[in-house]
Amino acid sequence: MNLFLETLVGGLLAGVMYSLVAIGFVLIYKASGVFNFAQGSMVLFAALTFVTLREAEYGFVAALLITLLVMVVGAIAIERFVLRSLVNQSDLTLFMATLGLSFVIEGLAQLLMGASVHELNLGIDDLPIALGSIQVSQFDLVAAATAGALVISLSLFFNFTRIGISLRAIADDPLAAQSIGIRLPVLWRIVWGVAGLVALVAGLLWGARQGVQFSLTLVVLKALPVLIIGGFTSIGGAIVGGLLIGATESLAEIYISDLLGGSVSTWFAYVVALVFLLARPAGLFGERAIERV
Amino acid sequence: MSDALLSIRGVSLSFKGIKALTALSFDVAAGEICALIGPNGAGKSSLLNVINGVYRADEGEIAFAGEILHRPTPIGAARRGIGRTFQNNALFNRLTVLNNVLAGLTRKAHASLLEHAFRLGRASGEARRFRDLAENVIAFVEIQAYRDVIVGQLPYGLQKRVELARALVSEPRLLLLDEPMAGMNHDEKREISQLIIDVNRELGTTIVLIEHDIGVVMGLSDHVVVLDYGRKVGDGTPDEVRLNPEVIAAYLGTRH
Repeated sequence: MNLFLETLVGGLLAGVMYSLVAIGFVLIYKASGVFNFAQGSMVLFAALTFVTLREAEYGFVAALLITLLVMVVGAIAIERFVLRSLVNQSDLTLFMATLGLSFVIEGLAQLLMGASVHELNLGIDDLPIALGSIQVSQFDLVAAATAGALVISLSLFFNFTRIGISLRAIADDPLAAQSIGIRLPVLWRIVWGVAGLVALVAGLLWGARQGVQFSLTLVVLKALPVLIIGGFTSIGGAIVGGLLIGATESLAEIYISDLLGGSVSTWFAYVVALVFLLARPAGLFGERAIERV
Repeated sequence: MSDALLSIRGVSLSFKGIKALTALSFDVAAGEICALIGPNGAGKSSLLNVINGVYRADEGEIAFAGEILHRPTPIGAARRGIGRTFQNNALFNRLTVLNNVLAGLTRKAHASLLEHAFRLGRASGEARRFRDLAENVIAFVEIQAYRDVIVGQLPYGLQKRVELARALVSEPRLLLLDEPMAGMNHDEKREISQLIIDVNRELGTTIVLIEHDIGVVMGLSDHVVVLDYGRKVGDGTPDEVRLNPEVIAAYLGTRH
């Protein structure tokens, strides 16, 4: 029983980290109806910037603030030089632009900060602590708490402001949104800036876990099943999806891995996602598409 | 004319060599209902798109409330008080009727994002006031029964009303209606016509509308502008336009 609980809690905490990455996608999807291919590169870029600053002997807080500034300036630049000329273009055009953006951001990161692997120490001990009868990683707890706090503030920000309605309006019909006076450029800057902030937090937590290196961009692959389960438009869905993936993945690793020849966790999430695609294509909380025919 | 709310001065527009509008000029007086009529492809929708900044005219200028619009954009037009509806409904299909109408209040929002985020200062009062405004407009166009329905599920005629409500709620000075009665039967057309007259009389909104049903247009408008192949072929009161030989030719063809 203890093993089960320990695995479950560990899985749920890891799941929060998945949610964190997935939320970056949800934000952009809500505002433009497009899957942002560049989210993984943004995670890498943020982590790399932070670690480079730290290695240049900047203090923790200073490095954090400078990196945040870089991400926000980046968001404004993306709106100005990429998105602005694509207003009222098809979703596919916008999607291809994010694909191109991912190459530019990755290339830029490599050009400016090199391609070597960095170690990132956030000053959190990765020691197990006892919670009742089970042992939980301290790092996982801190990571989950950070992610949780971020998620709650984002939900409040988007659900209780006019931004929420404006975002959905833009995703539905950008032209109509503009003709009622919604400032598309401002909202895009806000959303990409917030996505940059989320990428920074995700980059720090994942970077501390795996080391800051180019494979960090692949973290986003784990966000895909989370999005399929939670739905592309729901922040709450991203959390539930992440928890579900984290928990099932850990449990599968412990209980059925041996039966299947090991390393179940590399693919189990995708099988869960596949089942969801068959049963609930819009995800748990996604908006079902309504089409009049 | 100095009392013109909207003034079109020598506007030309072409798409890759095809002339959509050619040296078009006319005035829309404050407080009137002005109808744009003409055969398909005459440039009526293109003109509305130029007025609210979706397209930019190649030549000529547009003045609104005595001020020439430089580099107009849809956002800028909305902020100046030009509301519009579209030929093919451009609603936010995944939002409810109420949220669609609330979204229409964007240009009236004064509270900053931070005030909204923390429900401070102007935000809480504004939220309440906006809701009242939205409810009033929903009642005005008589769609209260559908206020919490997702717009994508409504039939076309009701969607047209929602679009009208969304445009009205921000109290525009000029309202551009692109075929507000397309695809409606006789009774529905009469209801919408009455609604448009109510908007004009009770709220004092100046209206420019495109409509194909000549009977409806003649009964509804104070001023009719006839377009054919991007040129103005008629401009005057409904009675004047009805007798204009060029208009008759554009609509009924000439005898050969």
